[in-house]
Amino acid sequence: MQRLIDRAKELLASGEVARVLGWKKGDLGFNPEPSYFETAESLDNDFVYDGFCGANLSKYMIEASKKDGKTLVFLKPCDTYSFNQLIKEHRVDREKAYIIGVGCKGKLDIEAIKAMGVKGILEVSGADINSDCETLTVKTLYGDKEVSYNDAMLERCHVCKGKEHQICDEVMLDSRDTKDAERFAEIEKIEAMSPMEKFEFFKKELSKCIRCNACRNVCPACSCRKCVFDSNKFDEATKANVDSFEEKMFHIIRAFHVAGRCTDCGECSRVCPQGIPLHLFNRKFIKDIDTFYGEFQAGEDSETKGPLTAFTFDDVEPSIVTERG
Amino acid sequence: MSMNNEFKPKIVAFCCNWCSYAGADLAGSSRLQYPADVKIIRVPCSCRVNPMFILRAFEKGADGVIMCGCHPGDCHYSTGNYYARRRMTLLFSMLEYLGIENGRTRVEWVSAAEGVKFSTTMNEFVDKIRSLGENVRLGDLRCKD
Ligand code: SF4
Ligand code: SF4
Ligand code: SF4
Ligand code: FES
Repeated sequence: MQRLIDRAKELLASGEVARVLGWKKGDLGFNPEPSYFETAESLDNDFVYDGFCGANLSKYMIEASKKDGKTLVFLKPCDTYSFNQLIKEHRVDREKAYIIGVGCKGKLDIEAIKAMGVKGILEVSGADINSDCETLTVKTLYGDKEVSYNDAMLERCHVCKGKEHQICDEVMLDSRDTKDAERFAEIEKIEAMSPMEKFEFFKKELSKCIRCNACRNVCPACSCRKCVFDSNKFDEATKANVDSFEEKMFHIIRAFHVAGRCTDCGECSRVCPQGIPLHLFNRKFIKDIDTFYGEFQAGEDSETKGPLTAFTFDDVEPSIVTERG
Repeated sequence: MSMNNEFKPKIVAFCCNWCSYAGADLAGSSRLQYPADVKIIRVPCSCRVNPMFILRAFEKGADGVIMCGCHPGDCHYSTGNYYARRRMTLLFSMLEYLGIENGRTRVEWVSAAEGVKFSTTMNEFVDKIRSLGENVRLGDLRCKD
């Protein structure tokens, strides 16, 4: 981590960049947040990069692209897919970014630790980026507990797309392979359910939604200046859950609007305060796109046309869906 | 299934102005029968059908939603229906994934000369929806007045 701070200070001092976009310590040891740094002092005092820095900083580059001078931004391997996608959509300016691709050993989910029955968490050690990332020691009000690092990881890190940065100016720090599950396994499980089981499963998940919009706000693919869900002609704009069909509508449309553009960065699932597995929607579209139109990974590059802005003359007919099963 | 006797399905058909709507017109002027339960909404092109339209139709009480456009290659705007085809395929697959019976949605390409196809498609679709019954899975969640 010190190496990142030193490099950032160097780039600031030389005038190469005007500011740094990174993560700063939160009020607890395990809730860092995205932040700009403009001075060496603030980097020394507040900058952090550890297992809890799951936040994808690429969306903040939309704002940073409008500022004067370059911004140094730290991107994890998965974050670089989002950045490429944002370039493709003309939402960020590549010239305004100095990208340091940072290594990643898997990011942690404090909720996963709590779900193991660990209560009164005060501090988590072993999340340092330089550690071997095997065991975490959790200091709680009731004594110390040890948990496995892998068990405490975010869902997305178990299906990580790989540790190669898709776009960057330089790479720093080491990574670790974290993939130990198949990306579409959960989707296939749901697909195999009976229609009624599917319906009940999603009803249970979606009725937890409080329409806080965090999943939309955090999403690098959701960068429309005016979102359909903010329109006052759309009568569910900010309304709380009164009728669970509305929630279903919101979820289908949210996922549909990012279909073909969602990089599966996992941010939506990470931030949902209700623990709704939003990736189950996005990944269904990704899986269908792969099946119907050929494998496609959004954000792999910044030029290829997305699958919903393209077609072929012999695409499958919708009857492939409506007449099956 | 005694309610099937009295069940009158509500069907919404989005028809593009240039082919399918004209096809429906032809069906009408040729006195071909199709059930009065089919409510046609004219759209400039099948590509105008936003996924939200389909969901809204269900939310407002439709038991089945069908979208009709010009045959691939014949879209008045050249390529609209190619994009619409991808969108509808993905949307319908998502609905099925959420547990909605997959026969409640359909896409059919109907030209201005195909009055017969229009009427048989609608008859078939209405029969299909009749067999599926009322749209409970989307319907039990909607506010009924
Ligand atoms: S998905 Fe991969 S690159 Fe992204 S935070 Fe997880 S382990 Fe790191
Ligand atoms: S973040 Fe979760 S609770 Fe908030 S709107 Fe999205 S799904 Fe609903
Ligand atoms: S929908 Fe979720 S996983 Fe996809 S790009 Fe947006 S935040 Fe990332
Ligand atoms: S005008 Fe008929 S489908 Fe485009």
